[in-house]
Amino acid sequence: MATLDDLKKRIASVKSTQKITKAMKMVAAAKLRRAQENAEKGRPYSEKMNNIILNLSSGISDKENAPKLLSGTGEDKVHLCIVLTSDRGLCGGFNTNIIKKAKAYFQKISDEGKTLKIITVGSKGYDQLKRVYKDDIIERISFKDSKTVNYLDAEKVGKMIIENFEKEEFDVCTIFYNKFKNVITQIPQEQQIIPLKTSEAEENSSEDNYEFEPDEDEILSNLLPKNISTQIFKAMLENSASEQGSRMSAMDNATRNAGEMVDKLTIEYNRSRQAAITKELIEIISGAESL
Amino acid sequence: MSEEFKIEIVNPENSFLSREDVTEVVVPAFEGEMGILKDHISIISFLKPGIIKIFSKSREDNYYVEDGIVEFKNNNLSVLTSSIFNIKDIDKDKISELLAQAEENSKNSDITDQNKYLVDQKIDVLKTLN
Repeated sequence: MATLDDLKKRIASVKSTQKITKAMKMVAAAKLRRAQENAEKGRPYSEKMNNIILNLSSGISDKENAPKLLSGTGEDKVHLCIVLTSDRGLCGGFNTNIIKKAKAYFQKISDEGKTLKIITVGSKGYDQLKRVYKDDIIERISFKDSKTVNYLDAEKVGKMIIENFEKEEFDVCTIFYNKFKNVITQIPQEQQIIPLKTSEAEENSSEDNYEFEPDEDEILSNLLPKNISTQIFKAMLENSASEQGSRMSAMDNATRNAGEMVDKLTIEYNRSRQAAITKELIEIISGAESL
Repeated sequence: MSEEFKIEIVNPENSFLSREDVTEVVVPAFEGEMGILKDHISIISFLKPGIIKIFSKSREDNYYVEDGIVEFKNNNLSVLTSSIFNIKDIDKDKISELLAQAEENSKNSDITDQNKYLVDQKIDVLKTLN
């Protein structure tokens, strides 16, 4: 049985842990608001980009010679997966959920006998994947130094993907990230970016007749690489909002659990204190009686 | 009838500018400068490094862009770009820095002709600003 002193120490330590988790929750809440704002501000760009590409690809004259980024290489052998995770831990199931989703996909790929290549963005993803998929990871990127998500970082990843694509290193490219729904729900997503799937937003595509200058093919081949970076950037924005949201609810839970624990320990502490007093009283009384 | 239309410039991180009172916009399209007035035909084009000039009844604003896409539809002009500066805000040091960078790129021998053309354009524009 724990002595009174031990209990006291435990209560103090749980309380200080609670202070830390509470502070982390506050910080995450503040960061979440900023991340959410950024995600919203970034939305018009990717939406417009998407619309233009839809318009272009529906207007393209011959599908045979369409840019490879849009139509694919015609093969389906090598899959490149970009796994976007966070650089920091203590954010609940955030990273685990992405990894789970990605691993299911990896399994499917290798069951079908296709080759797998992985790029991890964010150090936590690498840590979790390196045990099983070490040989498949061709690159790992981490943006620990940049405080906020910025487009230049996304562009770096985008350029890397395009370079690899031009060297015909892979046929299909998929990105994994968490989509921010609200503070308590983040949905792990897999999104194929090469070849581009245009069916998603079909209802937005209007039947406008645009004039193109220069012609569609040329604009498209200029635009598609940019779209890759834009998609990555969008995923990074969603991810950072999700990370903060996930951390906030995880820390909220931790704070609450710590509170419960303090209550329990306090009751135990009071009981054993009372027991000790009672015991002492009994000893004194029975000592007095025997005289 | 008014001759004004709407312009929106967005970059990946936020919406850079949104105005409804412009009368004419000149953009550095890939195949040469292009002036856009109200009721222009729907068009999509992409930009080379250059100056976007935005005219309204009362004033004229100039912005330096490095790349981007323009879309004009139903009297809405959208410009998507990843690098844009208001010329009033950009200082000489920044210009020289960009210029030095561009000149280094143009010396690089293994760039494609198209990229070379774009970099040369950039150098020209930056020189006029300097």
